[in-house]
Order: sequence, then structure tokens, then C-alpha cells
Amino acid sequence: MTTNTPVQSPGVMWATRVIGLLALVGTGLTVWLGLWVTPPDKVQGDLVRLVYVHPGVAWVALYLAFGLAAACSLLYLWPRTRSLFWDRLAAAAVEVGVVFNVCTLISGSIWGKPTWGVWWAWDARLTSTAVLLVLFLGYLALRRVPAEPEVRAKRSAFAALFAAVDVPIVHFSVLWWKTLHQGATLLNANLSPTIHGSMAWTLLLGFVALTLAFVWMLLVRYRIGALEDYLGSGELDMALHDRQSEGVVADPTPEALAVVGNARAPAEVSR
Amino acid sequence: MWRDTLLVAGKDLRIEARSRVALSQVAPFGIIALVLFAFALGPDRGPMAKGAPGLFWVAVLFSSVLAIQRSVSVESVDGARDGLRLSGLDPAGQFLGKTLSVATQLVVLEVVLGLGVVLLYGASIETYWLIVVSCGLGTIGLAAAGTLYGALSAGLRIRETLLPFLLLPVVAPVLLAGTRMWQAALAGGTPSNGTPWFHLLIAFDAVYLALGVVVYGPIQETA
Repeated sequence: MTTNTPVQSPGVMWATRVIGLLALVGTGLTVWLGLWVTPPDKVQGDLVRLVYVHPGVAWVALYLAFGLAAACSLLYLWPRTRSLFWDRLAAAAVEVGVVFNVCTLISGSIWGKPTWGVWWAWDARLTSTAVLLVLFLGYLALRRVPAEPEVRAKRSAFAALFAAVDVPIVHFSVLWWKTLHQGATLLNANLSPTIHGSMAWTLLLGFVALTLAFVWMLLVRYRIGALEDYLGSGELDMALHDRQSEGVVADPTPEALAVVGNARAPAEVSR
Repeated sequence: MWRDTLLVAGKDLRIEARSRVALSQVAPFGIIALVLFAFALGPDRGPMAKGAPGLFWVAVLFSSVLAIQRSVSVESVDGARDGLRLSGLDPAGQFLGKTLSVATQLVVLEVVLGLGVVLLYGASIETYWLIVVSCGLGTIGLAAAGTLYGALSAGLRIRETLLPFLLLPVVAPVLLAGTRMWQAALAGGTPSNGTPWFHLLIAFDAVYLALGVVVYGPIQETA
């Protein structure tokens, strides 16, 4: 039986697998290069190995994910390009972005404790990253409010827009809050180490691998989101029917149907 | 648009004048917050006077959440929101009107809290115009962003918990700017860091006022 189940086309599915594989290989290579091949840093010692991962994670969380979410939300709000595609992509980007944002804060803290002596410093970058995380979480909380897909999409797109315009203001406010109040920040000491040779390549590879990982997660999350909407739109029966015809899900027994309150006759269910 | 602004603001302020919710509940809440901050800091005047600017703005922020929820809830019964949409009033005017009403209530609240900070914490204000400017600009920004988020969460049953979660991180720059300007005002004179905060508040106000004027109509379709 053919239905319009919103699974991605075979090309996209294939591309997803290839990207996932490349991300896995890239991450594995980064770990190998970062932990075994590259030498320890003169100043930071083995701590420098965290720097192969941390900027890449931060790049994905702060620029790629949030930028994509803001762009998709704008495209949804623009009447000519209004499509649930953009809404789901924005939601997927924010959700993956939250994971990367948390990873940014955790890896930064692990680096900060031995370097600065504290898990958390009220530095401008750290503070704006944390505020961004809270903005992201608010967006996700708003998305969890049950609503029709179109209403939810519009509401979420507005929320993303309101948060996105705030990002530069938050950035400058925490920058001035820190720099205009106190002298030099702790960050400056080690922020621009001279990187060359194998270290530079490892850092670059980390960026590529993490970006690929983000794209892979985005595609998978998008697909799950599309399937969720499909199920939520009252077509659970049809989806089950598809799976039964594939032999993945067992045919429901008449008793189970009675419990669920499904009015379908058993003969119809078993084709 | 301006006529509609005054109509909506007049309506909200008349409701407030008759119900006195902001005066009898929101303002006392702000005072309670100030007293609790004092308990948290201990009885010494030193830390209190030092922290006065920040505590004032935190109290204003928390109280503004209540004021905005009140502003949304007066239209949540008897189909008032649908009535407003059907009335033919310009959505931009409705937005500005509700913002004006919330801002007016917040200004009254800030006068009360400002007196509280001076009397309870022993803070002495040296530069009055900085206080007036920071409160004026900060209030407009709070009211505009708050009215936008209020409209966004208007139809939701979990509005009470969601609104502060969405709004407070967004208005964090107002807290930072307001606190720094107040600190300068208490220290006396114009500080070197007075000007960027002034620009920041203007940018914040302009962004959220412009957004509200443009999107307040479409946003009501989501409620």
C-alpha cells in the first residue's frame, strides 16, 4: 500500500547515512589526532586537547544552529515561503543546538577549572552563551504547548524572531557589563595560542566533523518531527496499517482493539 | 493609530483605576521583594546600598511580569480579545496602547520602589537625570517586550509559568543597563560608561516597539 508518509526521499535517506558515516569517521579521526598524534602545548600542556573540540561545538551551537533556526523562522513567517518544512527545520535546529550549547558550556567549564581555577567565570562569552541557552530552552518550552501544527509553527516562529533580535543586544550588554566594569578578562591569557602543523589540522578537522554531526542530527530530527506531525494528525491508524503491511508491527488482536476503542472490524484490519 | 493607542491605553488604565490590582497587589509585591533582599543581604547598610541599583531593577523586572500578566488576563475573559480584534482598532495602536498602559503602571511602581530603595537601603541619589532617563527608557523596553510576549502567550493555559521563562532572559539587557546607569547615578556625576548603556536601551526600545507595531496583528492569530 502506498501512502503519503512523510519519509524523506531515498536520495535524502542515502545522503543522511553518508553524512552520518562521515561525521563518525571525522569525529574518530579528531579524537585520535587530538589525543595521541598531536603534541601537548607549551603553555597549556594536555589541556590544549580540549581546544580541538570546544570551538567546533561552540561554532555549531552559537552560529550554525541558532542562525539556521532564525532564518527558518523568518522564512516561515514570510507568506510566500510559508511551509511547515521551515518550522520543523527550525525546531530541529534549536533542539540539536541546545545539545551543542550544553556541550559548549560543559567543555568550557572543564577547560576553565584548571586554567582559571573556577568552573564558571562571569566572562562576556560565557554569560551570553548561557543566556542564549535559556532563550533556546524557552523556545522549546513554547513548542511543547499542544496546538495545531500551523498555530504552533507561527507562535514558535514569532518566539524565535523575538529571541533572535535580542541576541546582539544581549551580546553587547554582557560585553560592556564585563569590560567596562573591570579590567582585562581572564580569557585573554590563553585565547590566542599560536597553532600550527598537526594542531591546526586537528582543529580544522574537529570543525568539519562536528558540523557534519550537526547536519546528520538535523536531518534525523527533522524526519522524526515530520513523522510525529504525521501521527499527530489523526492518521495513526494508517501509519499502523503501513507498518503491519511491512510485517514490522504485529496485527492487533480484537481484544486490543476493543480496549483502544477502535471501531474497525477485525476483518478489515487483517486485510 | 495614535487615537487607537489612547483608546486602548485609556481602557486598560480605567480598568486598573477601578480594580486597583496593580496598586494593591503588584506594588506591595515589589516592596516585599525589597524587604526580602534586605533579609538576604543582612542588616548592614553597606552591602544594601551597594546592591541597591541591581535589587531595584530585579524587583522591577519581577513586578513587571505580574503587571504584564494582569494586562493579558483582563482580556482573557468574556471574549474580550476577540472583541478587540473585531473592533477594527489598528493592531499597531492596540500594541502601543497596551504598552503605554503597562509602562504607566510600571512608572508608578518604580517611584514606589525607588523611594523604598532610598528609605530602606539608605541609597543616596546624586545624579537625578540618569535615574529618570534609565527608568524611562528601561520601562518602555520592558513594557514593549512584555506586551509582545504577553500576546504570544495570551491563549495558553500555562501562561503563568511560561511568560516569565520567555520574558526574563530577553529583558536581561534592560537589567544590566538600568543597573549600571543607577550605579553611576548613585556614585554621582556622568560616568564614562553612561553613554553605551543609553544607546543600548534606545536600541532595545526601538527594536521591540518596531517589532510590536509590525507583528502584533499576525500574533493575535496564534492565540
